Amino acid sequence: MWCSAIIGILLLSWMSLFTGVKDIRAGELLTDSEQLLVFVISRVPRTVALILIGAGMSIAGFVLQQLSQNRFVSPTTSGALEAAKMGILVALMVLPQSSLSVRMVLAVLFTFVTSFVFILFISKIKLRSSIFIPLVGLMFSGILSAISTFFAYKNGIVQNTQEWLLGDFSSVMQGQYEGIYIILPAVLLISIFAQRITIAGMGESFARNLGISYNGVVCIGLFTVSIVVSSSVITVGAIPFLGLIIPNMVVILFGDNLRKNLPIIAYVGAVFLLICDLIGRVLVYPYEVPIGMTVGIIGGIIFLVLIFKKQTRG
Amino acid sequence: MDKQKEDHLKFADLSKRYGAKVVLDGIHGSIAERQITSLIGPNGAGKSTLLSIMARLLKQDGGGVSFYEKDITRYKSSELARKLSILKQSNHLELKLTVRDLVSFGRFPYSKGRMNAADWEKVGEAIAFSELEDLQHAYIDELSGGQRQRAFISMIIAQDTDYILLDEPLNNLDMKHAVHVMKTLRRLVDELGKTVVIVIHEINFAAQYSDRIIALKDGVIRYDDTAGKVIDAQVLQEIFGIPFDILERNGKKICNYFNL
Repeated sequence: MWCSAIIGILLLSWMSLFTGVKDIRAGELLTDSEQLLVFVISRVPRTVALILIGAGMSIAGFVLQQLSQNRFVSPTTSGALEAAKMGILVALMVLPQSSLSVRMVLAVLFTFVTSFVFILFISKIKLRSSIFIPLVGLMFSGILSAISTFFAYKNGIVQNTQEWLLGDFSSVMQGQYEGIYIILPAVLLISIFAQRITIAGMGESFARNLGISYNGVVCIGLFTVSIVVSSSVITVGAIPFLGLIIPNMVVILFGDNLRKNLPIIAYVGAVFLLICDLIGRVLVYPYEVPIGMTVGIIGGIIFLVLIFKKQTRG
Repeated sequence: MDKQKEDHLKFADLSKRYGAKVVLDGIHGSIAERQITSLIGPNGAGKSTLLSIMARLLKQDGGGVSFYEKDITRYKSSELARKLSILKQSNHLELKLTVRDLVSFGRFPYSKGRMNAADWEKVGEAIAFSELEDLQHAYIDELSGGQRQRAFISMIIAQDTDYILLDEPLNNLDMKHAVHVMKTLRRLVDELGKTVVIVIHEINFAAQYSDRIIALKDGVIRYDDTAGKVIDAQVLQEIFGIPFDILERNGKKICNYFNL
């Protein structure tokens, strides 16, 4: 089981590394400096980004769903993605010469505050229908997006903000993508707090009975989610619904115990994104289908199949 | 008054109000050790509020709760979680966790998430004590209400605290599961020497299973005595405002109030 899983992801990474317009062969890498250059500057960063973002966004979605006690909440449906975009926009407007790390800090800050307000808001409202909450999140996103677009328009950078909306891995390059590695410590932090996050998801009084600071766990969870989402948006742009589809698939198959399932979620997320990216690159070769589109279509189909299967079984 | 001196969980001058409504009006009392104490009273009498304040889930407006001669709010939360547990009614039930996973959460105050062999042994014991062996690998979102409640109580047993506070543990349970839950609580007291406090609406369960009863009305403690003394036609009529007829079988009292 473990063996085939590892072989699977290695195989996919290999395919991801050696697919593209420029014909690169493993055997010629060391002798042909031009091939090596493309490989190191473009192919390796792309594959690394795919794996890290696939794993990170899936875990972020899972954490958000547990903390909000709602299956339909994800970075897309809680305003987190829009908040990250807004943070980058503010950085571009106020400090046009700002470095990537300054943008990152602002994006994290905006995402964290937005997620916190969202969680606070849904804990205060009485009508807790499970469909109602993601709708609130989408409204939230809509408002943030409108404000961003207004200021982007005034400053003549609407095109930039539109770009962030469409996730795109083809522009990932050495020297610009390294911020994505911050997903690693963020995921490590989540794995340390995994059991506390699941317990906090059972409710505030439940968590406090076990001596867990509910607010503390929510803060740490949202902070790590903000880091993952912000670094993804800065590096490749938004990939909608990744954080919704993968966690729900894993829950249907393996349940809600975050600590047990963290590696599974990370693995499924990474594999899924690698496959979606490969299909997008091959389908209209030498051009590319936007990753958001393949994620939406393939993920949606798998998700529907799982739901129908579950219904016929139960 | 002698009883008060020996007890370790005490509250004095406790008051709480929501807006203008007074829910607890400066009450005094204590919880007898190694016994089942039932909190009874009409809706809005302040039973659940008292329970939540005793377990530091809710802040009172006046007065205080002392636990082993120390104010309950001054305990470290992880330390208190090893001595006193509380189970409220509304737990998030959509999570897909197995019974065993849920029960293992009860060990968190000890293990901090790193379960050792002794912790797992406690989990096994708790599952056996609540007779859930057959269901231990089932997901809680697929259980019936009664089975789920027993799983939550099993988690509280794994938490292994001397004091166990339960808010309406029989809510929405059918008779079989209600009896099962009460028998489990009785065994916790008789076999393991635990102290159990429950908020309970079904007066006959209180009469049959509890040692002491605290009767509240309008935020005030009206009676605080042994079950035999509080289960009395006149007392209950005063508390609930309807006539009662008390029968006795095998030394236990049964209240008939259904159609008098």
